[in-house]
Amino acid sequence: MLLIPCPICGIRPEAEFTYAGEAHIARPAEPASLDDHAWGEFLYARTNPKGDHAERWRHTHGCGRFFNAVRNTHTDRFITSYLAGTARPHGTPSAASPDAPAMRNDTEQWGQA
Amino acid sequence: MSLRFSFDGRSYLGEPGDTLASALLANGVRLLGRSFKYHRPRGLLAAGSEEPNALVEVDRGYGARTPNLRATQVEVYDGLVARSQNRFPSLGFDLQAVNDLAAPLLSAGFYYKTFMAPRGAWAKLYEPLIRRAAGLGRAPDVADPDHYASRYAHCDVLVIGSGPAGLAAAVAASAGGARVILCDEQPRFGGSLLADRSARIDGLAAPDWVAAQVGVLASRPEVTLLTRTTAFGWYPDNMVGLAQRLTDHLPEPDPTLPRERLWQVRAKQVVIAAGAIERPLVFPGNDRPGVMLADAARTFAVRYNAAPGQRAVIATTSDTAYRAALDLQACGVEVALIADARLRADGPLPAAARAAGIRVETGMRVLATRGRRGIRVAIMGRIDLDGRVRNREWVRCSLLGMSGGWTPSLHLFSQSRGELRFDPASETFLPGASAAAERSAGSCRGVHGLDDALADGAMAGSAAAHDSGFDAALPAPCHVEGAAQAGWTSPVPARRKQRRAFVDFQNDVTSKDLLLATQEGFHSIEHVKRYTTTGMATDQGKTSNMNALSIVAAELGRPVPAVGLTTFRPPYTPVTFGTLAGYSRGVLFDPVRTTPVHGWAAAHKAVFEDVGLWKRARYFPRGDEDMHQAVARECRTVRSAVGLFDASTLGKIEIIGADAAEFMNRMYVNAWTKLAPGRCRYGLMLGENGFLMDDGVAGRLAPDRFHVTTTTGGAPRVLAQMEDYLQTEWPELQVWLTSVTEQWAVLAVQGPRARDVLAPLVDGMDIEAAAMPHMSVAVGSIVGVPMRLFRVSFTGELGFEVNVPAGHAQAVWEAVHARVEALGGCVYGTEAMHVLRAEKGYIIVGQESDGTATLGDLGLGWAIAKAKRDFVGKRSLDRADMTAVGRRQLVGLLTADPACVLDEGAQLTEAAAAPVGTRSLGHVTSSYGEATLGHSIALAMLADGRARLGETVYAQRPEGAMPVRVVDPVFLDPKGVRLNA
Ligand SMILES: [Zn+2]
Repeated sequence: MLLIPCPICGIRPEAEFTYAGEAHIARPAEPASLDDHAWGEFLYARTNPKGDHAERWRHTHGCGRFFNAVRNTHTDRFITSYLAGTARPHGTPSAASPDAPAMRNDTEQWGQA
Repeated sequence: MSLRFSFDGRSYLGEPGDTLASALLANGVRLLGRSFKYHRPRGLLAAGSEEPNALVEVDRGYGARTPNLRATQVEVYDGLVARSQNRFPSLGFDLQAVNDLAAPLLSAGFYYKTFMAPRGAWAKLYEPLIRRAAGLGRAPDVADPDHYASRYAHCDVLVIGSGPAGLAAAVAASAGGARVILCDEQPRFGGSLLADRSARIDGLAAPDWVAAQVGVLASRPEVTLLTRTTAFGWYPDNMVGLAQRLTDHLPEPDPTLPRERLWQVRAKQVVIAAGAIERPLVFPGNDRPGVMLADAARTFAVRYNAAPGQRAVIATTSDTAYRAALDLQACGVEVALIADARLRADGPLPAAARAAGIRVETGMRVLATRGRRGIRVAIMGRIDLDGRVRNREWVRCSLLGMSGGWTPSLHLFSQSRGELRFDPASETFLPGASAAAERSAGSCRGVHGLDDALADGAMAGSAAAHDSGFDAALPAPCHVEGAAQAGWTSPVPARRKQRRAFVDFQNDVTSKDLLLATQEGFHSIEHVKRYTTTGMATDQGKTSNMNALSIVAAELGRPVPAVGLTTFRPPYTPVTFGTLAGYSRGVLFDPVRTTPVHGWAAAHKAVFEDVGLWKRARYFPRGDEDMHQAVARECRTVRSAVGLFDASTLGKIEIIGADAAEFMNRMYVNAWTKLAPGRCRYGLMLGENGFLMDDGVAGRLAPDRFHVTTTTGGAPRVLAQMEDYLQTEWPELQVWLTSVTEQWAVLAVQGPRARDVLAPLVDGMDIEAAAMPHMSVAVGSIVGVPMRLFRVSFTGELGFEVNVPAGHAQAVWEAVHARVEALGGCVYGTEAMHVLRAEKGYIIVGQESDGTATLGDLGLGWAIAKAKRDFVGKRSLDRADMTAVGRRQLVGLLTADPACVLDEGAQLTEAAAAPVGTRSLGHVTSSYGEATLGHSIALAMLADGRARLGETVYAQRPEGAMPVRVVDPVFLDPKGVRLNA
């Protein structure tokens, strides 16, 4: 079972969380201004990388908050996590690198965000 | 003290500490099973959990019958009842052994080649035949009477395996106070040391040294010692699954004890000390009972005092078999010959064997074996470079100990996603780079020899403790004397063109099958595996995978790593379903949600149905009514008088805050801004893709407060979608969401007399139509209990939904029920509710809609507040396909035969005849028999349905097509006179 770093609660087991898809896909402020293609892209197009992936999780059976995390889809390891609405932290390895460093096994790193 | 046990109905005596395998060997029983495919007689190959042949069934006698246990792991207790498997009618005389004569028909890929035609014959003919002929054990035929436990544990260092490396690791790791768990699959710690009769460690005989180390570990409070515990699987982030067997070895276990326990251990660091498994040699007749791994023979003789034969031949390609020969000789077995396939054998062990007077021949192999139910003769010989056999010699023997070298156990390391590295010198794979917080120690990483393994284990244990944050000085090295210094020598490849030389004993795969597979073009080991089934049996190829790989690689002329290694998957050895299920059985399998009125409903003979996790009262039969009669009566009573229904399972969300109405506007298609407090609206929620997601009535209690209901099943999904938008898209909105599903019980009072039921109970509230019209909400009290009263209807009748705090629900229910009864009404269940709403054309989300239905499709387009700038899903409504011609639309159907009740899901077609390939026009979504209208009704989603009103289409049924007339989905009171009464 994966360990997932909630930016509010710290590292908790996977069973407490719900996956919520790719992160940083903001809902257009004026959906009516988008043509069908652009709206379709918003609804359905995702990057699906092999490597680092910024994605949304919800700590459903914990604090209840949605947050963002960078997880490597190749190694299935979490690189970092951060509050919803904040930008992807600088310095997280690019999606091209399949061998991201392992998550450190201490809660302090995630304790306060 | 001897233990009496039975095998195949015959009684034997064993000794404490015996396994079924050792006890049977000691009793001279060599035939323990029949092979999977050819039903060849089989004996023991191994002494440990890797045993592929000796699978037995143990019968506890109270319904607890466990098949496919390895006799090498079954501990003998007084009264043990065990049986062999896969034989008919008896082990000694097996009719299906004719399969062995038909072997040419059962070669590699026979599943694929033989059973192709005719179509349909597989399911009817071949599969049952094969299953009867070939299956392994019999599945138990009653529910498992035992119970099982499970537990989570955290530790600093988990040590897997308690041979020399594992024991040394556990002692070193725990020295500084780290929490250490040591587990071993055997009943005792010690691993290979338990069968070591010559080594002395720090002046102690090996078993005594083991006892001393276990004593040290037991004295440390942070150490957990688990015997009979298999580390069967590695899961992400250093979670390891352990299966602990608690009672299988006890003659009369306390029935309150769990039989097995699942441990899910989260370890900061893991030391894998899983050891190595000896590799069989591949020669014709290598599966004959009496042919076994050399070290297994030694283990039976030394550890269990069970002679595996009187006269032995040892065939080897490595030095360790010489130690087996010496130990067997010391235990009284006559060793007639050591045949070493290598051309030279000069190490200390061969020298010791020669000094002990054992005949040693180099360059000699086994050519074949003879003997009917066990080996009687080994045919030995040398093979020239040109392939000619010289020096053929028949050697009489009852034991043939073979050794093709050792295979490190990489299962857990590989499951942890560590990289495997091929070592050409030993022709083995070894652990390479780690991907998890683990390290391997001892022979599972190619470190053999007792002193090296002890030192390797100690180093690994202390490093693991250090990496989990503990001081861990490396302990002083052990002083080892008398240990066999076995060379780790290269296996000699098997000969080509051998007949019936077994590679995978459990799945009956021969070297010939592997060669055939390569000739037929299977060049990846993963493909060869699936084609020949090598390594796919319950032993997962522990003794066969490397031999298969070597043979395929040699045949293809490619290096072993280029052919690849099959993936290691959990479990290491089979784990019972009981262990995996743990406590999650019966009533604990899933949580059960009941409403506050559940007890009352049960006492009033409600028949319940499962709706998600909820138990809902489906109908309340009176006398000997069947379901149809009860439902029809309940429906008629609601239409003519009044009915009471428990709607407490409805999802309820309280939405409060200054921006509550704005939030509602964005989440629902409806207009909420102008909805006055005290009024309700039928809310419809879309996904961003524009399709209907959920529906429910929302009441505005105050300008900043809404009481929203959802479908029973949709509540978590709706709340999650609301939270998602609120937290991540519109965090600036001042809105708070609270699930109040469990807090409010809901009593639906529906029917023409509904107002008469409630009027005397509502503590003076005015509930007349003028004060409380349809779709209104008021706060008040009922029989003194706080209440939110909704005037809503899901039946088409005058109706109220009484919301009261769950803790008071039963008292209110009883008071309302008494009034209902007094006015000629009755209680009704979900089935009547379904019929009543269908008569009125009300949809159920997930029944009429399926995630691809728009509001337009469902005839609900009127609800959309088109003037709103935006709401979730709005933009998608403008996509062309969402309004395209040909979309399926909600309609009613009337069958030509009014008594006919269509199947839900029945396909609708243009014509009665519907040959294969006919296009479906739609399908029936809801269908009910006659209740109050005098005929059956159905709802359907039909292509361009609203343009087809009055037309006839056909509903397909197994009995033949039924003509149906397309009608408006509202069968009852289309003007809403009853609703607004
Ligand atoms: Zn949290």
